[in-house]
Amino acid sequence: MSRKFLSGNEAFAEGIRLARPQVISAYPITPQTIVVERLSEMVEDGSLKAEYVHVESEHSALSCAIGASAAGARAFTATSSQGLLYMAECLYYAAGGRFPIVMMNADRSTALPWNIYGDQRDSLSQLDSGWIQSYAENAQEALDLALMSYKIAEDKRVQTPYMANLDGFVLTHTYETVDIPTHEQADKFLPSYVTDNRIDFENPKNMAFSAGPDTNYIFKYKEHKGLLAAAEVIGETEKEFAEIFGRHYTGLTENYRTEDAEYIIVTLGSIAGLCRETADKLRENGVKAGVVRIRYMRPFPNKEIADVLRNVRAYAVLEKDISFGNEGTVFTNVNSALKKAGIDVKGYNFIGGLGGRNISAADIENIYKSIAKGTESVNFIGIGGEDNGK
Amino acid sequence: MRPYIREKKDFSFSEVPENTSFEAGYLTTVNSGWRSIRPVINTEKCVDCEQCYLYCPDGVISIKDGKAAIDYDFCKGCGICAKICKIKAIEMEAERK
Amino acid sequence: MANKVAESISREEYFYGHKACAGCGGSLAVRAALKVLGPNAVSVLPAGCMSAVGFNFPQLCFSNNSIISTFAGTASMLTGVEAGLRARGYKDFTAVGFAGDGGTADIGIQALSGAIDRNDNIIYICYDNEAYMNTGIQKSGLTPFGAKTTTTPAGSNIHGNIRPKKNMFEIAAAHDIPYAATASVGYIYDFIQKVQKASQIQGTKYIHVIAPCPTGWGVAPDETVDIAKEVVDCGLWYLAEYENGTFKLNHKPKEFTDVTAYLKKQGRFKHLTDEDIQIITASRDKKWEYINKNFEL
Repeated sequence: MSRKFLSGNEAFAEGIRLARPQVISAYPITPQTIVVERLSEMVEDGSLKAEYVHVESEHSALSCAIGASAAGARAFTATSSQGLLYMAECLYYAAGGRFPIVMMNADRSTALPWNIYGDQRDSLSQLDSGWIQSYAENAQEALDLALMSYKIAEDKRVQTPYMANLDGFVLTHTYETVDIPTHEQADKFLPSYVTDNRIDFENPKNMAFSAGPDTNYIFKYKEHKGLLAAAEVIGETEKEFAEIFGRHYTGLTENYRTEDAEYIIVTLGSIAGLCRETADKLRENGVKAGVVRIRYMRPFPNKEIADVLRNVRAYAVLEKDISFGNEGTVFTNVNSALKKAGIDVKGYNFIGGLGGRNISAADIENIYKSIAKGTESVNFIGIGGEDNGK
Repeated sequence: MRPYIREKKDFSFSEVPENTSFEAGYLTTVNSGWRSIRPVINTEKCVDCEQCYLYCPDGVISIKDGKAAIDYDFCKGCGICAKICKIKAIEMEAERK
Repeated sequence: MANKVAESISREEYFYGHKACAGCGGSLAVRAALKVLGPNAVSVLPAGCMSAVGFNFPQLCFSNNSIISTFAGTASMLTGVEAGLRARGYKDFTAVGFAGDGGTADIGIQALSGAIDRNDNIIYICYDNEAYMNTGIQKSGLTPFGAKTTTTPAGSNIHGNIRPKKNMFEIAAAHDIPYAATASVGYIYDFIQKVQKASQIQGTKYIHVIAPCPTGWGVAPDETVDIAKEVVDCGLWYLAEYENGTFKLNHKPKEFTDVTAYLKKQGRFKHLTDEDIQIITASRDKKWEYINKNFEL
């Protein structure tokens, strides 16, 4: 094991190197590009043995990965924002075909207007596509998720592609010290990809076929169950990960000071750190504040959300996206979890960080204050001051 | 090995595959019902030039004992074979019931 | 009496039991190519006629490994399949794509260009029935001038499609591809030999085969092979190859057959006026002037 000072992108690339992908399809887009650059350097210096394909678009990047996966190879690609949307057709294709591809998505705003900075609208708009979706908070977690992703995706009970999301710029381009495991450790944790969902010259297959009204719904149901099964597999994988690498993860959500919390912010990704600091500050002033960081949006942590929000006075969902004409997508998912569990607690949506706009500690403190007082259902941070939109 | 008709034609919930891949060459229905006319080969005349075999879009013509033979389960009655046969050894007849 | 060409290809059938129209030129092209390439061929087909008729669970009509790609993704999936199989240590296989004219010249052209640029070791075969036939005969980039389609109706104002065919063969050649060829299911020996040749060459190979659609062209199902021969004989299509930077003409008709006869026997051209046919004949002559000057014989 070595320790290096790496950006989120670089750490993720190291994790992928250790996972031994066999085919990498590469296309540049800010702020993901560093990942494919680092991987090409690793191929060049021999530290990574993979077929590195320079595709000519993101649609081709994922289409190539699907072809490689159909050949039985472990495949990887990376994208962001416009690229993710361009390959959207292939997202559904890969998931329906049950190809356990891993793709890193640098969360970035989607045009129009054009914006290269981080928000979460790109990946959250694709929650329906059938991919497992994780949201990392820091570079170490990014590296670790890169390794865990294949183990989860390729599990026989799951067989579902995995989208690893890293906040654009705030995580992809910021630096921290990370522990990089050895190949020996990684190989012990992650065996080669074995499947019968592949081209086979002994038992030829016809793949990616059509299914009519009489059977289509059965395929879709099985796809749904496969994604749901990932929840249990994630738990098992993290346990095994802790045994080999010594780092512990907490499943679909990560709770901070929530046991007796009266006011909880539910959020995704790297902003969670600032939320925890703010919660600590409020605790010092007697406010029972807590933070839930959702680590996986798919499969959605219905049970975990219901359990942690059951007894609060109010909760806020802080997210970097908006489903136009309604509310933030994470808010929708959280509310549904509570409704399904028969829980009636006051909840509020805070949309922030769009187009890379900073979310300050003051903003977060404001959220806790607002939900204690009661406020609008859907709030845009930064809009609503006297000269600011209201 | 060419694709062929299988016994099992219906798939229950547990039999539908877990993914969208399945055994190659698995057939459950024939195409014979498409025909209104069918080719009939005069094996006496047939000289085994293999043109009909090569040009059949459905591949239903094969050579058996040096003569062209037709798999009527999958012949659609397009008539290309009759047209292509230089010595008129293939005639299109009305499809019998 | 043994037929040498028949002897040189597999006696097996790899594309069988499909639901293509009776007399489908496309299915003849796919069938013939797979008999050349054998059981270790891995076929990739995008949305289009051949995939629509061949992959309806549980009726699966390919006995070799085959997979459907997205409409735009034939070439990119082929790239991935080839890279994946090679990464897994397989050496004896051929990755071959069968895409229609729409899936090649329109929506698929980007991925095809990318694959040729990378010189991926794949064979890409475009079966050209000159329109989006699977969706019911709409104009594509390879629909010839004057053709009636459902999106280029032949009325008194506009006489069908007003644009010429994109020259995909020369577009492929312009990439300096290792091997490109044109073919026709009406000259099946030539097509078979070109597929055989392509299978022996490393790098990206592009074969463009005219594959008439009786339904879309408005001819009887038994006319397919004859009309596929006639389009070559009257000079509206040519049989050629591009290899090592040189264009070679494989077949030079001593005298062209009548263009009017070729056009008028098809429902999609019945409306053409003498003026339209003159335009078509003139463009044929101009093309052949170019061919005679620049292609080797």
